[in-house]
Amino acid sequence: MNITPVWAIFIGSIFTNNILFASFLGMCSFLVCSSKIDTALGLGSAVVFVMFCTTMLNYLIYYYLLVPLKLEFLGFMIFIAVIAAFVQFVEMFVERFSPDLYYALGIFLPLITVNCAILGAALFMVIRKYNFVQSTFYGLGAGLGWAMAIALMAGLREKMGYANVPTPLRGTAVIMMVAGVIAMAFMGFAGMLNIQ
Amino acid sequence: MSSSPAVSATPGVGKWKKTLGEGLYTANPITRQILGICSTLAVTNRVDKALVMGAGLIFVTGLSNLFLSLLRKLIPNRIRMIAEMAVVSTFVIVIDQFLRGFYWDISRQLGPYVALIITNCIVMGRAEAFALSNPPLLSLLDGVANATGYALMLAIVGVFRELLGSGSILGITLLSPTWYVKNQLLVLAPGAFFALGLLLCVFNLINPPTAPETKK
Repeated sequence: MNITPVWAIFIGSIFTNNILFASFLGMCSFLVCSSKIDTALGLGSAVVFVMFCTTMLNYLIYYYLLVPLKLEFLGFMIFIAVIAAFVQFVEMFVERFSPDLYYALGIFLPLITVNCAILGAALFMVIRKYNFVQSTFYGLGAGLGWAMAIALMAGLREKMGYANVPTPLRGTAVIMMVAGVIAMAFMGFAGMLNIQ
Repeated sequence: MSSSPAVSATPGVGKWKKTLGEGLYTANPITRQILGICSTLAVTNRVDKALVMGAGLIFVTGLSNLFLSLLRKLIPNRIRMIAEMAVVSTFVIVIDQFLRGFYWDISRQLGPYVALIITNCIVMGRAEAFALSNPPLLSLLDGVANATGYALMLAIVGVFRELLGSGSILGITLLSPTWYVKNQLLVLAPGAFFALGLLLCVFNLINPPTAPETKK
């Protein structure tokens, strides 16, 4: 049982233990989709929504189905199946009922299945022994933290387009360096509170 | 190895060499394809973690490539992603249970990153790009070559970070604390980004990308 208060988990998962800058999850889509702010915000909001819902779903399935049956070792497979199925379902649902939202968000949804931040949130929830309310807020906070990270990076990359970057550093190398500087800034939050 | 009776159309030796070279160096997953960055950043603050992670990925990528290639004619195109996920996560569960059973200490330190091999882009990427259109043994080689290229880069970053960050390699102190001040930043999160950025920069210098990337 984890006794960290819910508000601390929520704030901590956004700032001090940011899923991207402290746990390095979701790097692939972070690197590919962070060149424009619009794209970054679209993907970010899709991640917030999917992470929030799948963390809840995965919590219920893990503790009410797998644990009583002593099938915890199947956890990874179930988590990824739930995420893939949920994403597929949301895509169909949104396409049918809200075409506007589908055009804004739809193209990002398939990318989310392979975003390791989503699976990572489910795994951290199990490892840190969160209860249901804690897991829900952890999923929401981790999603918001990821969205904030990619939006920050997109803003910087739009400005960086005008900078004269040395040739060998062009491309991913300079993005890594910039991410390192942001990660250093985020370490400053670690003095506030540290979640386990 | 190339004279397998199971493979009907045996590819020439040149193709085998090309596959091996591409995975290890010319199309290295980390420095060229920029795949599997999450775990590269997360597990490289100590060499032993980096080595175990590399070994785990070689196992998973090799075997999932082999089996997906064997099954490639049976898997319908529409559900191939789910099929890939199922095969990959089976091998990941095997490796995770093995580490839990025999190397509990390192398994606990790696935390969720062993399980996250499932969403490691290298595994899925090789399955999509190679295993589904090539014969089994060649796919096995491709998976092993790519994962070895990944493990090699992990080891380089791991040695760099552990040596400068903790003054040791595999827990053996090499830089004596009497004259070397440990650079703790390299063990922490920002150091991971800097170390990988430097690695990419060095490899761009040694072997410049053929098509110059234009940043927008």
